Amino acid sequence: MVNAVLFWIIAAITVIPALSLLFARKAVHVAMSVVLVMVGLATAYVALGAPFLGMVQIVVYTGAVMMLFLFVLMLVGVDQREELKETIKGQRWIGLFTAAGLGAFLVSIVGRTALPTAEVGVQGEPDVIAIMLFEKYVLVIEVLGFLLITAAVGALVLTHTPRLKPRRTQLEVQRDRVLMGANPVNKPMPGVYARHNALDVPALDPEGQPIEDSVSRVLKTRSQTQLGEEYRAQLEDPSRKEGDR
Amino acid sequence: MDPINFVILASILFAIGAAAVLLRRNAIIAFMGVELMLNAANLALVSFSRMHGEIDGQIMAFFVLVVAAAEVVVGLAIIIAVFRARQTISLDEPAELKG
Amino acid sequence: MLDLTWLLIAVPLASSFVLLLLGKRANPWGHWLGVAASGTAFVVGLLALIQMLGLDAHDRAHAVHLFSWIPGGELNVDAGLLVDPLSMTFVMLVTFVGTLIHIYSVAYMEHDPNRRIFFAYLNLFVAAMLLLVLADSYLLLFVGWEGVGLASYLLIGFWNQKPEYATAANKAFVVNRIGDIGLIIAMGLMFTYLGGVDFATVFAAAPEASTAQLTAIGLMLLLAATGKSAQFPLQSWLGDAMAGPTPVSALIHAATMVTAGVYLIVRSAPIYEGAPAAQTVVAAIGAFTLILGALIGMAKDDIKKALAASTMSQIGYMMLAAGLGPIGYAFAIFHLVTHGFFKAGMFLGAGSVMHGMHDQVDMRRYGALRTAMVTTWVTFGLGWLAILGVPPFSGFWSKDKIIEAAFVGEGVQPWILGGAALIGAGLTAFYMSRLFFMTFHGKARWTDDQHPHESPALMTVPMIILAVGSAFLGLFLAMGDRFTDWLEPVTGHAEHHEPVLPVPVIMVATLLLVALGVWVAWRKYGAADVPETAPAASLATIAARNDMFQDSVNRGVFERPGTHLTRTLVYADAALVDGAVDKTAHSFARTGESVRKTQNGQVRSYALTMLVGLVIIILVVVQGGL
Repeated sequence: MVNAVLFWIIAAITVIPALSLLFARKAVHVAMSVVLVMVGLATAYVALGAPFLGMVQIVVYTGAVMMLFLFVLMLVGVDQREELKETIKGQRWIGLFTAAGLGAFLVSIVGRTALPTAEVGVQGEPDVIAIMLFEKYVLVIEVLGFLLITAAVGALVLTHTPRLKPRRTQLEVQRDRVLMGANPVNKPMPGVYARHNALDVPALDPEGQPIEDSVSRVLKTRSQTQLGEEYRAQLEDPSRKEGDR
Repeated sequence: MDPINFVILASILFAIGAAAVLLRRNAIIAFMGVELMLNAANLALVSFSRMHGEIDGQIMAFFVLVVAAAEVVVGLAIIIAVFRARQTISLDEPAELKG
Repeated sequence: MLDLTWLLIAVPLASSFVLLLLGKRANPWGHWLGVAASGTAFVVGLLALIQMLGLDAHDRAHAVHLFSWIPGGELNVDAGLLVDPLSMTFVMLVTFVGTLIHIYSVAYMEHDPNRRIFFAYLNLFVAAMLLLVLADSYLLLFVGWEGVGLASYLLIGFWNQKPEYATAANKAFVVNRIGDIGLIIAMGLMFTYLGGVDFATVFAAAPEASTAQLTAIGLMLLLAATGKSAQFPLQSWLGDAMAGPTPVSALIHAATMVTAGVYLIVRSAPIYEGAPAAQTVVAAIGAFTLILGALIGMAKDDIKKALAASTMSQIGYMMLAAGLGPIGYAFAIFHLVTHGFFKAGMFLGAGSVMHGMHDQVDMRRYGALRTAMVTTWVTFGLGWLAILGVPPFSGFWSKDKIIEAAFVGEGVQPWILGGAALIGAGLTAFYMSRLFFMTFHGKARWTDDQHPHESPALMTVPMIILAVGSAFLGLFLAMGDRFTDWLEPVTGHAEHHEPVLPVPVIMVATLLLVALGVWVAWRKYGAADVPETAPAASLATIAARNDMFQDSVNRGVFERPGTHLTRTLVYADAALVDGAVDKTAHSFARTGESVRKTQNGQVRSYALTMLVGLVIIILVVVQGGL
């Protein structure tokens, strides 16, 4: 039997962060919430007499899988926003209704069952699990080994990009840019008022106007940029404290 | 408290995961929904293991864990490949299946 | 050692795989591995033979259970080996002659870039042939049967860069398939009527089965045997099979594989015991083929094709003997063994002649080779005397007995069969002497670029050994009925029957006919000049030169009607079946066209559909089940 307080704590730290999957806008926030869900689930495993599985859950999910998710998020760019407006007609309401219906069904069915609970709980210690895995389920373990190797090779194959054309030289890149009518010179660099690591301060054009392009678009996405005027004002009025934004 | 409550918890988490897959267009978030569904199933397996007093449920959960790990690797690789080809990870963008 | 007989099959098979899988890196030593594998098989066989000779005659049949092959309800087939005097005879023949031919091939194929692959195929053949003779069920025998067919196909087409050689390989393969269908049907009939396909079950059940059933099985087995042994009506492939390298012709198409049909008939003796009609057909086909082969052999100018025709004819003798029942079985096998020696020896001799004569096969361009190739001449000569049946050489002891046995019986049958065998002996003497004199005697009719020379020792030594066998093996095995006693546990005891003619009369008549044949051949081809191109000849000779028009007959009787039938069927298929199917498909297409609109290409929409379906299923299950 499980401590009731513990159960409610676990329920809270799994269900509430899980809802972020539906409502959070930024993928990074979702990923961090899911990490919390995984920790909650690991706690549940320990409470249910599966300490080994709980540890594995933390190591594999919070440690590896979710970090991999975050890594891929970084790769594809955190500014991959999604339009919150639903494009498929009726998808949102039918989807929500069906998912809620599924949940309600499952809960009602489970709630109606009367399964006895074994008096003596199991203890999923590592040695017990290991003996099971390598005696009764050894064939499955072998097959899983194949699966993992296949998955690894599959990931390599999928992410490999063969070079089909010869590498473009700097000269060709430059020529193309001129032909496209792009700015032939470098973009202005940020941080003209280099008071600190001022990557977030836009450059100023000769008229004293900030050049938006000079700041990384990622910082803009995160709303972490500074306005040029602010720094200029600061310069012109030395009485304002440095770093006082 | 009866472990059957954990099964109810697992049902709720499963429904949330399913809803995420249906509603979110960001492929990575939808994928996290899939992961949540898998974990909900795991939680149910561990609860059953506790209820029956047999360790086999935990072993099954372990297997699900391994398969899920393999699935994550391949799934994320596919997302990256799609992103390279289309510069987007929106699920609505690839519509070649349109009949 | 008897329990280790599986090594006989495993060693050459393993060697074959090693040679094929290792690829070019095995080139320097691959052929010696092939020889070693074959030699190992021979040693194992010899040890098993020695052990078997130490047993009582009735304990000599030894079953080796390998593994349970097809465990399935009523049809249980175990893979097992049956080692008895009959299979042991074949084991010794195959491994001994096979090893000699392996050694011979090392030199013969020396300049061939694919020698390693050649040896891999030879090993494969040896393994399959041993499986064929050692199998303890028709099904396992069939595996070996197909295996030798495959090896034969691969080796006939070994030089498949020439289209006609590849065609010859295909022809052999296809004709053999027709025979194989016979074996498959026979197995089906056995399973239905006799309750199994292993020898023990079949032979135990055979006496209870009806004559009609046994006759059907016997005729189907005979069809299989005619395919493999190039007997009428499936004889047409053997002549073309000479496209393969000469050692192949010696091993597969003279000494061993083509005799598998005889083995099959003799092994199935209990079935034929209950089917006298089938037995008579076997004897009749044997007698017919022995005359047919001899007639073809008389007109062929290609040395290998003449030898092939002779092989056909000699196997006709064996078939004839096998069709005579217990009095003939032992002599069929006896002739098979001696024939294996002298025909393999002569083929190797022919290979040696070709080796020395720049791959020339036309005998009209040979002549007077006895001085240039003394060893070949002597060894070939011993084989020639053996096949003629001149006492005391091997052929006399086996062939003469077959002729005697053919004269046993009542009514008109002994006169027909015996007469055919007797005339066949005379014809054999003529065409073999013709071959021998045209090749080694007379005047030299060589082309300018030919410089005959003796072959290297690697080739002559196997020829010498085989020649010694051709000379003395028959006498050795016939003394005191050694061979017939050895085979008696398998073939059954033969009651002694007196032929319709006294034995001395038959023997003298045979020898007189043989002498006549040799004398005519000497007059025409030894003493007289032989034209360098084939002269115009009578209709009969032209027919014989063209293999009795066997290909034209096959084409007219089977191929043309078959083609027309197929065309009709294709037309009917296109109009009726396809029409109906197309209409159905069109209706599906139209349905699909309308359903297509639900496919909007959105993955999430599909996922939603799946989930809705899932919820509905749960609903149904909960409402209906709980």
